[in-house]
Amino acid sequence: MHDEIKNGITRTEQNNSMNYNVNEQGYYGEFGGAYIPEMLYPNVEELRQNYLKVMSDDAFQKEFKELLKEYVGRPTPLYYAKRFSEKYNTKVYLKREDLCHTGAHKVNNTIGQILMAKRLKKTRIIAETGAGQHGVATATVCALMGLECIVYMGAIDIERQAPNVARMKMLGATVVPATSGSKTLKDATNEAIRDWINHPEDTHYIIGSVVGPHPYPDMVARFQSVISEEIKTQLLEKEGREHPDYVVACVGGGSNAAGAYYHYLDNPDVGIIAVEAAGKGIDTGQSAATSALGKVGIIHGSKTLLMQTNDGQITEPYSISAGLDYPGVGPMHAHLFQSGRGEFISITDKASMEAGIALSKLEGIIPAIETSHALAIFETRKFKPDDIVVVNLSGRGDKDLTTYIDYFNL
Amino acid sequence: MNRIHKKLSEDKKLLSIYFTAGYPEVNDTVPILESLEKNGVDLVEIGLPFSDPLADGPTIQASSTQALLNGMTTQKLFEQLKDIRKTVSIPLILMGYFNPVLQYGVEAFCKECNEIGIDGCILPDLPLAEYNAHYRAIFEKYNLINIFLITPQTSQERIHAIDEASNGFIYMVSSASTTGAQEGFGNEQTTYFNRIATMDLKNPQVVGFGISNEATFNAATKQAKGAIIGSAFIKMITENGISGIPKFIRSIRPL
Repeated sequence: MHDEIKNGITRTEQNNSMNYNVNEQGYYGEFGGAYIPEMLYPNVEELRQNYLKVMSDDAFQKEFKELLKEYVGRPTPLYYAKRFSEKYNTKVYLKREDLCHTGAHKVNNTIGQILMAKRLKKTRIIAETGAGQHGVATATVCALMGLECIVYMGAIDIERQAPNVARMKMLGATVVPATSGSKTLKDATNEAIRDWINHPEDTHYIIGSVVGPHPYPDMVARFQSVISEEIKTQLLEKEGREHPDYVVACVGGGSNAAGAYYHYLDNPDVGIIAVEAAGKGIDTGQSAATSALGKVGIIHGSKTLLMQTNDGQITEPYSISAGLDYPGVGPMHAHLFQSGRGEFISITDKASMEAGIALSKLEGIIPAIETSHALAIFETRKFKPDDIVVVNLSGRGDKDLTTYIDYFNL
Repeated sequence: MNRIHKKLSEDKKLLSIYFTAGYPEVNDTVPILESLEKNGVDLVEIGLPFSDPLADGPTIQASSTQALLNGMTTQKLFEQLKDIRKTVSIPLILMGYFNPVLQYGVEAFCKECNEIGIDGCILPDLPLAEYNAHYRAIFEKYNLINIFLITPQTSQERIHAIDEASNGFIYMVSSASTTGAQEGFGNEQTTYFNRIATMDLKNPQVVGFGISNEATFNAATKQAKGAIIGSAFIKMITENGISGIPKFIRSIRPL
């Protein structure tokens, strides 16, 4: 049932009996696994053996849910965007992750992982960050729990994202510049992994997305799955049914998307739409649209789709949005793409910036530029008037004001 | 008999050198190999440069970045090594990350190695389970020895599983670190070296990471069969070039 062969990827027809979640070996279809050097094996193995046990513990769940409610501010509203819906002649709901403490969905995962780290008796926390959102969310929970926090950030990103660097420092974290390679997110991730190799006993690595070796993609997806859990309840109240016709989310590594899709993965009535950053255009050489430009390979310990040269060297992506600027994609999303379960759309810098302005003016909500990519699809992807479309509003635009100002000469 | 087995059966401690292919200059690969053999090195790890070498410290990272800038690729390395067996007879091992091998095609890669006369591979991010499930048969078909790493944190049980899957030597990482991070060995290493020595493994062990001079070489090979020098060699060649090799080797193993 192969309907498309592209870049060595065989894409199959949607198969409703297929499992879209991780299997016991840590794979989503052919993607995932733990391609790690032996130096990391004990750390990753300790996590793999314990994460499900810890997460299913009642006391853990109670503490996690209480922090999400009292500290993060959950549940976040599922807001019917009336004027936005009228403009595009369909029913659009916005899942307001932008209203979470620290301004994005990232904190759902860092709350979960800091509790995990404490259960595993780790005393030192490391993280990578691109634009700084995950770094801030990690520094925040470390302050909350009184744990040492070291955040690796590309030297170039440190210059570009000064306010988030200052936030992390205010929260007590040490920000270490990654000066290797291209000095951006992938290199910050490499540096965090190297730190973990050099600290095999006392350190937990809080990865910020559904990437990295198994069990990270699954663990992060589970922590973020609170998003779709809430959508189910909220939609039932508003529309009398738990499932929308479509769930739309932007995908860099893919953590907000994984959380928004999670409880709908196996429901064929729900269309899954993943929006990637086309940058200046897929064929310009300045893009981050991994599903269109990537090939199967290994990045940061995971077998997935990634942008690389024919020789297997990982290439540097480009997007106006720092949060989508990653050369790979989580293995869950690679599988959603390859299996045909997910519809993948790529959106240019220009279209996303215009969508950001449109939402601001129509609904009084300034979205993060990452999220603006998801909002931009309505210009070209048409829905029926009675379709219920949930867009995960993953983050707020405060951090992007300089970019908006420069782009539109505001 | 594979050259690695033959070398391991010799009654001596083995000195192994790691260097990054295509560094300092793209065409230095073959002259470096010839000089290493001439100066009595027992075996060599030829590093395939990778854009994201996450187990390596700054020295090897920098050499990889420069090698890639110099235009080094897997294809180019194979072209450079095409006639290597006319001039070099010591065991040669390719060491690199799995992604470039995956893109070349694992079978095509192994076949090419076999034709050139490469004896083994070290692919640190190809895990044991994956190797056993998907690639072992291919490596064996082309008579290529795949070498696994163990660290001070590797469990006894896993060491035995790695010993079982190995057919050559076990690469014993001296400490929990990236490459080039250690200066000498402490009590922790001595305890670890002693522990492994008493495990009665079927494969001999060669120690890597943290070996930079005669003292660390001797300490590492007190019980192990050999030791690998990487970052210290790269530092030397960065400063002195290929002509610095004889003096460097003699500083570790005096005549």
